[in-house]
Amino acid sequence: MDTFAALAHGMAVAVQPMNLLYALIGVFLGTAVGVLPGIGPALTVALLLPVTYKLDPGGSLIMFAGIYYGGMYGGSTTAILINTPGESASMATALEGNKMAKAGRGGPALATSAIGSFVAGTIATIGLAFLAPWLVDFAVRFGPEDYFALMCVAFVTVSATFGDSPIRGLTSLFIGLTLGLVGIDKLTGQARLAFGVPELLDGVEVTTLAVGLFAVGEALYVASRRHHSEEKLEPVRGSLWMTKEDWKRSWKPWLRGTMFGFPIGALPAGGAEIPTFLSYSTEKRLTKHPEEFGKGAIEGVAGPEAANNASAAGTLVPLLTLGLPTSATAAMMLAGFQQYGLNPGPLLFAERPDLVWGLIASLFIANCMLLVLNLPLVGLWVRLLAIPQPWLYAGILVFATMGTIAAKPSVVELSMLAGFGVLGFLMRRFDFPIAPVVVGLILGPIAESQLRRALAISLGDPMTLVQSPISAMLLGIALVALLAPFVLKGMGRFKANED
Amino acid sequence: MTSGDPAQPPRRVDRAGIVIAALLAALAAVLVFDARGLQSTAMYGMGPEAMPVVIAIGLALLAIGNFVDALRGNLPARESADPVPVILILIGLALLIAIIGFGGGFILATSALFVTTSAAFGRRAVLADSVIALVMSTLIYLSFDRLLTLSLPAGPLERLL
Repeated sequence: MDTFAALAHGMAVAVQPMNLLYALIGVFLGTAVGVLPGIGPALTVALLLPVTYKLDPGGSLIMFAGIYYGGMYGGSTTAILINTPGESASMATALEGNKMAKAGRGGPALATSAIGSFVAGTIATIGLAFLAPWLVDFAVRFGPEDYFALMCVAFVTVSATFGDSPIRGLTSLFIGLTLGLVGIDKLTGQARLAFGVPELLDGVEVTTLAVGLFAVGEALYVASRRHHSEEKLEPVRGSLWMTKEDWKRSWKPWLRGTMFGFPIGALPAGGAEIPTFLSYSTEKRLTKHPEEFGKGAIEGVAGPEAANNASAAGTLVPLLTLGLPTSATAAMMLAGFQQYGLNPGPLLFAERPDLVWGLIASLFIANCMLLVLNLPLVGLWVRLLAIPQPWLYAGILVFATMGTIAAKPSVVELSMLAGFGVLGFLMRRFDFPIAPVVVGLILGPIAESQLRRALAISLGDPMTLVQSPISAMLLGIALVALLAPFVLKGMGRFKANED
Repeated sequence: MTSGDPAQPPRRVDRAGIVIAALLAALAAVLVFDARGLQSTAMYGMGPEAMPVVIAIGLALLAIGNFVDALRGNLPARESADPVPVILILIGLALLIAIIGFGGGFILATSALFVTTSAAFGRRAVLADSVIALVMSTLIYLSFDRLLTLSLPAGPLERLL
């Protein structure tokens, strides 16, 4: 099917009144939860998964699209107004955005981030719509060994290549892979790492892990360092609207940010952190107002914010076409699909085009809703930010445990949630990245079954992994990506450019 | 978040890093021990025991890597942490699990968690918070149980509703 026809078909699905309502609820809930300090888009999706348990797959995926984009939007609002980025991808936004808010220019900062997100999200979603069918055509030719090799690339890039320390990144990944082993082995029916506990036979739930690591871990971490500093909420003073000058200074960074964000997000490289910092340093170099950088330059909000959103749409390319999540948020989206027994990949495009294209079309719709809704509603979001911290975190924990209680009200499952919370706390304290754990848990079992399938087909000959040209090339890339940070120490340390 | 502190002390052995390395090594040992109990039934290719061993080797290598980092004091600088609030929240989670486990129901369980967490973040008005928590969790229970028809565990309070 031609992309335009498919997209038109998707639009027809997405504009059904019920689906529009789902998108609206998703956008609203996503923004409301995402705006809470310390809650990034991944946790927003994880916390809201139980809300969609009872919906049909189509409606719930459309709601996810709204939650995904809404969570991103809410995160940047928090980054600008109280300088607590919910995830590393909003860090660049917080750098200049919070300075702008302190200087009484919070309104234009929010506006440029909202409009920039809209511009970037729309362009990137168009990119997704055109790139996806092409990649699907390519991916149907993938054998199991090629998939395995592709996942190796994702494992390495997500954990080792772009982080601060490849050793700590890989450690996180291997913790995730270990958790992925728990439960019954699908090919032989033998239990691994279950230690005779019946609840463990089903394996570790992705949502339990994500909510434990992100929500409980974050609450413990913030509580442990509460004595250090109080976050200060900057009131939005003055006009919400951007002046002519603001527009003139914003539109080029939006487009440049999109150009960074979408391709890097679409590669199985993982994370929006790199494009946002690339965009930030580019804008800093190109600006005509270098004296404003570090004191609240609008370019420094417009560019990274666009890059962040574009890369969020970009990560949907490998997720939808290959079933490959390259960020924690994408991993949560994959968990959402799996909740309905759906596996994203080339087959899903062939079998359920209504679902996939309905989802892509509703990304456009969610984006438009966010633009129309959020600027007028910014006062409401600001009030959410003003919830006193004790109640805020108490509420977050109640909501976080509620998801697990609703899904599986067992002592074992809740203990796992608490245990993952402690793990998340320790990982934050010792600066281990968290996303690789989630990606390892969700991709590890898939990678293993692809590898075992490939080896069964080749009658146990491991050379099959290098005889397929695609697989050989991908494994080569994975090897280079694994060794590069050790060889070139300091590569990927865009954070050094911060000052 | 914690890195980049110019006033950090000169590099020395990081004890916490040594503990982390030891834990990783222990995890690798558990994996190998567990894999030994599995039977390889695959005629060709890999059985279920192969992947745990591969991951265990990876964990063992990472344990060494973390150990070296800790010896060199290469870990990022940490700010001091206050253990009291962490313990309070963990007590709250333990209470929640116990109340659910003994059939105390959703409302009591989440209220206990709410009050302890709130106290961990510095609130001292336990009574007022308890009332807020009970009202809030009752509302959540009603909306989820009745509107979304998600079943949440019921205890004595829920049966009164």
